[in-house]
Amino acid sequence: MNEAASSAAALRVEVHLPLPQFQLRCSFQARPEVVVLFGPSGAGKTSVLDCIAGFRKPASGHILLGERVLFSSGQGVNLPVRQRRVGYLSQQPALFPHLSVRSNVGYGLLDLPRSERDARVDSILERFRIAPLAASRPPAISGGEQQRVALARTLVCEPELLLLDEPLSALDVTLKSLLLDAIFDWQRERAVPMLYVTHDQAEAYSLSRRVLVMESGSVVADGEPHQVFTAPFRREQAVLSGYENLFDAVIQETHPVLGTMTCRLAGSGLLLESPLANKAVGETASLALRAGDILVATTRPSGISARNLLSGRIHLIEDRDGMVAMSVLCPAGDDPAGHAPAGEGQTDFRVHITRGALQNLDLQIGQPVWLIIKTHSIQFLRN
Amino acid sequence: MTSPLLLSLQLALVTASLLLVLGLPLAWWLAFTRFRLRFLIESLVALPIVLPPTVLGFYLLLALGSRGSLGAFWARLTGHTLAFSFEGLVLGSVIYSLPFAVQPFTAALASVDRRVLAASASLGASSWRTFWRITFPLAVPGIVTGFALSFAHTLGEFGVVLMLGGNIPGHTQTASIAIFDNVQMLDYPAAARQSITLLAISFLLLVVINGLNRKRNWRLQ
Repeated sequence: MNEAASSAAALRVEVHLPLPQFQLRCSFQARPEVVVLFGPSGAGKTSVLDCIAGFRKPASGHILLGERVLFSSGQGVNLPVRQRRVGYLSQQPALFPHLSVRSNVGYGLLDLPRSERDARVDSILERFRIAPLAASRPPAISGGEQQRVALARTLVCEPELLLLDEPLSALDVTLKSLLLDAIFDWQRERAVPMLYVTHDQAEAYSLSRRVLVMESGSVVADGEPHQVFTAPFRREQAVLSGYENLFDAVIQETHPVLGTMTCRLAGSGLLLESPLANKAVGETASLALRAGDILVATTRPSGISARNLLSGRIHLIEDRDGMVAMSVLCPAGDDPAGHAPAGEGQTDFRVHITRGALQNLDLQIGQPVWLIIKTHSIQFLRN
Repeated sequence: MTSPLLLSLQLALVTASLLLVLGLPLAWWLAFTRFRLRFLIESLVALPIVLPPTVLGFYLLLALGSRGSLGAFWARLTGHTLAFSFEGLVLGSVIYSLPFAVQPFTAALASVDRRVLAASASLGASSWRTFWRITFPLAVPGIVTGFALSFAHTLGEFGVVLMLGGNIPGHTQTASIAIFDNVQMLDYPAAARQSITLLAISFLLLVVINGLNRKRNWRLQ
């Protein structure tokens, strides 16, 4: 094994930094693995990377890479960027425009003897298939080629940690998957921690088994993609992850034997059967429901396993590209599960169906419909 | 005896070279500092642009004369005063042409992409290496412009030189003052010869600089 692999070590981060919009308060660890930092724009993802790379100084906290202290407010350590051995790649290749591709890639190795530097540069140029460009200057090559050069320039230095800030978002799909493969191969060989920032959920799913969800400067969820994306933790993140229906509710009954609870929605008093959660009767809860998880029927269905059948009226039909978004107003009172009708007002359900379904059922605004909601498609939000 | 034109060229070359050495660190500081009172220093640097040269020359004369503190110090050191000497002219010119070097230097250094500088640091380069290998080469057009402007500006200097140099032929009589003298003595042909020479030199200088910068910019795009 090479020296980098043997010295590869875990990253431990705990930083606090007041920013204009929020307090960055972020704490996590990463073994030599790929970790996706996911969150909306302005959640503080890039600020975290900047702290780790050394471009920004946290107000307090510590950043450790294995045994090395990169930053520690307690010990008064703030290692300069150049001594951190942290590779950083963003959407901008930031190549040196006046140097050839070869000189760009060799820049981080200037302290090595000429022969060793040349050998390492040659090998990485081959590996990233940019050897034919070696004599070109960055302005003369394409954006995808520039990003490959930037990647080679970063990796040739054998960084002990790799920070990638949406590095491929400007590239087309084919090129992107090619470069991703190259990055992941390298990460597996060197076994160093790698943080990959993205705000694209599909990308987060495909990239890593571990996703850290950031929101307003804090890590609000940490786990496998299907865990953090199917069990939303906070309202903002639920909206971001495609939960169009968010309701406040009060727990009316719990049915531990059935594994369900009855929740009364605030406003309308409509009752919904939800999965059993760690909540007591009378407690408030926030529920989330994907618009695509709701079924629509024009007549009252029977012999169906779903526990929630709601009658309502179509209030709005919007054709968006490729699918139809509907708004259905459901009053309290029709209660197939047999609960006592209660409350007043109506609840507005956002429902997504296909264009085909719209045509088949010949749905019109004002038409009465039935909504069918499976118990387990209802998720609880952490307050 | 040095001809006025040669003297002017010597003065301009020495001044522009000194400004390159002294102005570059100042410009670097101005371009990258987060010091909140930077604008005070910037105003001070820009002062010679708006100040009448005679005002600057007057204050310098006071400071450099044998009764001035700087003049007295220099006199003890070298045995002659700074006023009415070539060294005095150099000092005056450096101050007078300072903004013409420092402002283009600063603009050029500040316009270098910060992300490129950040990349250099994250690849392990020290500030020194980043400056000489990245910042300086990328700022060369502005630095060349600053050098040329301070050279040309010194070449055309009149007020400060007159106040400070005393118009001593062969020592402190520069081309621009010689032209003035010739006109005073109604020697128009001599004034015309000197004028056309200065005009040609200044124009050629600017043509060469602009041509070089254009070629370089074209290559980097």
